[in-house]
Amino acid sequence: MSKVRAPKSPGRPGQASSWLATPTLVFLILVILLPLLITVVYSFLSQPSLGTGVKWVFSTDAYRQIFVQEKLDGTTAFDTRYLKVLWNSFYYAGIATITTLILGIPVAMWIATRPVRFRALLVLAVTLPFWTSVLIRTYAVRQILDETGPIGGFLKIIGVGNSYQILYTPWATIIGLTYTFIPFMILPIYASAERFDFRYAEAGYDLGAKRWTVLRRIVIPGIRPGIIAGIALVFIPGLGSFLQPDMLGGGKTNMIANVIANNFGQARNWPFGSALSVFLLIFTVLFVLMVTTGVRSRGDQVRLI
Amino acid sequence: MSPVTTSRPRRRLVNLSNFPLFRGTSIAVLVGMYLPLLLVVFYSFNQNRLAQIWTGFSFKWYDFVFHNDDILRALKNSLIVAVVATILSTLLALGAALGMLRMARSGRVFAWGLLGAPLLIPEIVLAVGTLGFFLTIKVPLGHVALILAHTAFCIPFALLPIRARLAGLDAAPFEAATDLGANEWQILRRITLPLLAPGILAGALLAFAISLDDFITSFFIAGPGATTLPVYIFGMIRSNVTPAVNALSTLLLIFSATMLLAVYLLNRIRRSD
Repeated sequence: MSKVRAPKSPGRPGQASSWLATPTLVFLILVILLPLLITVVYSFLSQPSLGTGVKWVFSTDAYRQIFVQEKLDGTTAFDTRYLKVLWNSFYYAGIATITTLILGIPVAMWIATRPVRFRALLVLAVTLPFWTSVLIRTYAVRQILDETGPIGGFLKIIGVGNSYQILYTPWATIIGLTYTFIPFMILPIYASAERFDFRYAEAGYDLGAKRWTVLRRIVIPGIRPGIIAGIALVFIPGLGSFLQPDMLGGGKTNMIANVIANNFGQARNWPFGSALSVFLLIFTVLFVLMVTTGVRSRGDQVRLI
Repeated sequence: MSPVTTSRPRRRLVNLSNFPLFRGTSIAVLVGMYLPLLLVVFYSFNQNRLAQIWTGFSFKWYDFVFHNDDILRALKNSLIVAVVATILSTLLALGAALGMLRMARSGRVFAWGLLGAPLLIPEIVLAVGTLGFFLTIKVPLGHVALILAHTAFCIPFALLPIRARLAGLDAAPFEAATDLGANEWQILRRITLPLLAPGILAGALLAFAISLDDFITSFFIAGPGATTLPVYIFGMIRSNVTPAVNALSTLLLIFSATMLLAVYLLNRIRRSD
């Protein structure tokens, strides 16, 4: 009887010792995880009476300051300013998510139904702005919306432009967010739509469904994973936007990131900035968990990264 | 004999492709995505000091950009940081991609969480956290701090194309090499790395583009001595030197577009292999 040697486990092609990943993980723990932890620590420290930074004395003042304002005469009052900022962040990011969704579904579906060669080009066209600097794209939007820009100029020519002012309003911020984040909505929906078997839609037609019904009952459920990924990929970074409200809203439409930046800059209140940062981090993590776990239980495969 | 009405089943054209508004919306969105950028390019050739009032064609803003010491210094800072961060992040991403294939499941989940963090956590949170962390452990703001921070958020971008290529590898050459007695190091050097090369290059290009375009992290970490180009442009926009901003932006747009086209072509190599 011949001895049968167990075949050597082939493993996965290209695999190497797991130690190769160690430097990367150590580096990320140092430069990503520890800064996040120090933010939490800072949020429980006090503000030094002079200069920047923190005083290493435990305090929960930073969190209190989000809701309570101390007046000069020593009395305190419920403060809605920062709640308003939180609300603004959710509101602007939410509207931008809805707008990119309404625009993104048709674009993704249209691209997915083009001939293969043309599709690759269209995907490239959607991806290209995504790799250009957010700063420059936001500046480009600012130039378009400016009252001396093309829209303002056109309105003036047809004689209705005298009261045109959209820059430095919440709508400018929302337009900027929509403009910057729309590739994040189109690309995942397209990825789902490309895999969608359009024969199901055909079957729906053959059975007499109207076009709108086919879209609503067959196509949209078919591309749901892409839609959910798109919503997450627009809403999550949208919530933490800094440049759009800064450059387009003109400081009048502060979102949470602007207040954080201000407290690490001119306002020099690092504990308070850290407390807001912790809030933003918690919202982000909650939202990511909601999407990844909530969706998994429905059997959809949603990949955020 | 009565005529048979041959009613062929009426076949409606399916065509979600003809769904009303799909084409129109798509064209409008694509035009809307590019129009603001084209306008930046257009205005960059405007001779007028007020960017938005066209008075004639001129290269003078490009001339201004190429002869402005502050801009050139910021460009130099950006390039130093981007080159070093690209090399470091690509090497670290490669190590992570290869090593993670043999990790236990719990280790992989943890590693994915860390690697994905810079993509999902708002950049402002990481930026101010890194600022506080560096000041606490006394890393001075400047080039080194910038390189460390940039390397961290470039790793996931460098990782994506490497992983995509790794997932598409054929097992045959590896089995053959094992059967012929190659050791792990030989396999890595002679088979894995050459096969991964286009993915590694694509990852490096993405990392470079991401580092060069970064604003928020650089804004907090650069300190006064290492102002990068985007941070300098932000300052220019604030003080309204707009026509030069248009010229500078045009140059950066061309650069980013070239990068992406290179990545696109590298990805096509994968398919034709």
